[in-house]
Amino acid sequence: MNRSELISRILVYAGVVLVIGAPLVFWARTPLIHARMPEYGGWSPNIIHANVGEPLHLKLTSDDVVHGFAVGQMDMQSVDILPGKVTDITLKFDKPGIYTFYCTRWCGLNHWRMRGTIEVSGSPSDSEPASPPLYVSLNLDIDAPHDAPVVPAQKPSAIRGQGLIPNSPFLQSFDYYRSNSPYQAFLDLSNTSLTEPQRWDVVAFIWRSNTLSESLANGKQLYAQNCAACHGENGAGDGVFADDLTTAGESSMQTMEGAMDMIMQSPVDFTDPQRMLGASPALLQGKILRGGMGTGMPMWGSIFTEEQIWDLIAYIYSFQFEYQN
Amino acid sequence: MTKIELTRIPFIKNAFKSRYPQLAVFIVMLIGYIFAILAGLIGTPVGSHNFSIVFVWIAWWAILILVAVPFFGRGWCAICPIPLPGEWLQRGAILTPPDKRPKWLNLRVPKMFRNIWLQNISFLLLALFSSVLLTTPNITGIILAAMLFTAIGLGAIFERRAFCRYLCPVGGFIGLYSQAAPIELRIKDKQVCVTCEGKPCYNGSSIGFGCPWDVFPGGLTKNTYCGLCMECIRTCPHDNIAVNLRPFSADLAKPSTRMDEAFKAFIMLGSAIIYAGVLLGPWGTFKDAAYNVGSSAWFMYAGIFLSIIFGILPGFFTLGLLGTKGNATLKHRFASLSITLIPLGLMFWVAFSLSFVLTNASYILASLSDPLGLGWNLFGTANTAWQPMLTSILAPAQALALVGGLIWSARTAQKAANEVKVSPIPVIVYCFIATSIMLWLLL
Ligand code: SF4
Ligand code: SF4
Ligand code: SF4
Repeated sequence: MNRSELISRILVYAGVVLVIGAPLVFWARTPLIHARMPEYGGWSPNIIHANVGEPLHLKLTSDDVVHGFAVGQMDMQSVDILPGKVTDITLKFDKPGIYTFYCTRWCGLNHWRMRGTIEVSGSPSDSEPASPPLYVSLNLDIDAPHDAPVVPAQKPSAIRGQGLIPNSPFLQSFDYYRSNSPYQAFLDLSNTSLTEPQRWDVVAFIWRSNTLSESLANGKQLYAQNCAACHGENGAGDGVFADDLTTAGESSMQTMEGAMDMIMQSPVDFTDPQRMLGASPALLQGKILRGGMGTGMPMWGSIFTEEQIWDLIAYIYSFQFEYQN
Repeated sequence: MTKIELTRIPFIKNAFKSRYPQLAVFIVMLIGYIFAILAGLIGTPVGSHNFSIVFVWIAWWAILILVAVPFFGRGWCAICPIPLPGEWLQRGAILTPPDKRPKWLNLRVPKMFRNIWLQNISFLLLALFSSVLLTTPNITGIILAAMLFTAIGLGAIFERRAFCRYLCPVGGFIGLYSQAAPIELRIKDKQVCVTCEGKPCYNGSSIGFGCPWDVFPGGLTKNTYCGLCMECIRTCPHDNIAVNLRPFSADLAKPSTRMDEAFKAFIMLGSAIIYAGVLLGPWGTFKDAAYNVGSSAWFMYAGIFLSIIFGILPGFFTLGLLGTKGNATLKHRFASLSITLIPLGLMFWVAFSLSFVLTNASYILASLSDPLGLGWNLFGTANTAWQPMLTSILAPAQALALVGGLIWSARTAQKAANEVKVSPIPVIVYCFIATSIMLWLLL
């Protein structure tokens, strides 16, 4: 073999080895977390390990549509993950435990199933004793119907109710508000001289006075981002996914492993007074924390902080009550 | 009309005669090709951001159909990386012939396959699956790799470049349209060839290989099967090979009488029309059908596709020819006049590709900066937003291409009709109707 042939061959071999080897090395060294619609696999990988106090660098990419990434119960801005693009994010965990990360964009019908976990290990820096949620300590059966047998003829108004409130301290206590349904408060007001519409107005006022304005604003934002897709912008259970959930629900559920026996229901209508005035904040907290167990309602306990859930509940009641003129 | 012999210019001649400039391009192309395969397999599954899709189906396609084929004919084949590994293995050398040739089977391709029907079929297969192929990086990667390995396999069994000549889905239409290109490789003097001993341009010699495309350069009258590999320039001991600049569509003055080539013209014309309708038209149902490969809608789509190409288009063409009177047989007239569709089809593809390419060209910058989809930003262009380019000139440019194509094909029809002594009118009317449909679909 002459020299020029040899050099040509070396060049060709080197080029081929390089063009195969180099990309493979770079590719293997850059682990990506792929986001796909849940029907096509959701997060991959969906379990991430991290250590307390050490920064966790993640590279996220979407294989289909726009997704979002956020970690539950953590104070962080969610980030968008664009198809074919890579999003970098660095997280740091102060406490060990199992965190849930989830999609924050309405990517598809099963969007709410798009979750994964971050297992953070390390020694706890300070451990707070966890208290059971209110619905547990109240021993509420959150799956039983709690409908109000009587509903107001007109939307109760906190403004009108303000001047009418009887001087009864327990009615205004925070614990009372959280553990009782509006209908219960309406009943508890029956021994006063107020007319029925007035009693409902007072209930509205009690609910309003236990709610901070920023809680309402925060709840509204959480609602728009997480709930409106199904429950509708105005709470009427008519979100963009609502129809699909009911009609296509069953079959789409069946594409998920082990979900064959689940049946979707249409999302709850928060403007329905019978349902909402019979539900206490504690009951709603239970529903949000635990989820609807197969109805399509996700479990939010691993995602929202306790405070966020109370804010959300405060906002949901605003579909029943008139808080402003 | 006159021809200008480019190989008279010493710089060009030396660039062709030397093996090194071509080898340098070959290596770059081969590396790019293998990289595209890898990117298709390990890169992001999002087609519009994957290097393989963006570079093969947008960048390469744009260059091929808008520049390389119309102006350089088979110029792409001169630098195409697909047959290289197979050819090098077959020859046992990258440069000049080795002392000991490797012992491959070296069979001759059976006579029944020595036409372009296999290429017609391979092109149609890709065309029917194109909506998936063009958007799914994995599949693009696999097809690119399959072409490379098929070329190697065929090189081990058959002599010369069997893959290019008889199977490559791209090679078929490049060959067809290269007849319209203003570049050709021809001998200078026939007499020299007649007396030339051993015909090394076809049989090879110690300094070079016989024509890899199984063409005898001495007999070349059209571009279709000369891959412009420049091997004969290197082997001809009498310096009898020239590369010429010539008027457009020079080869079309000598109509072919081959049915495989005639149908290639219909396949290309039909696919351009169908693509314009399915990919750019407003009919969601067609688009869905084309994308859902394997569904019953897709089989319908495939059926319509094939019946347009093999039924409707040639059918009406034949009907038009029935109205003409001439001595030539109908089959002869059909094959000869189908040559009219070459400039027409080429300009259809140009017009269709213009909108496809300009709409998607902005993806090229983004995927150049992050070719493996790992979040790189090599040239700072990774976040280039998608934006159709040159939208204002798109429609006029398309209209110009289509009308130009119609005029060009009408002129071709006149000449071809003259050869077989029939009236060109029906064929011109046919071209006019086809162009109107295309104008309506695109604008
Ligand atoms: S025929 Fe096909 S494989 Fe062969 S050189 Fe041309 S494009 Fe490449
Ligand atoms: S080697 Fe040159 S002169 Fe001889 S036949 Fe071929 S082209 Fe003609
Ligand atoms: S050897 Fe000559 S005739 Fe044959 S393909 Fe190459 S350039 Fe064309």
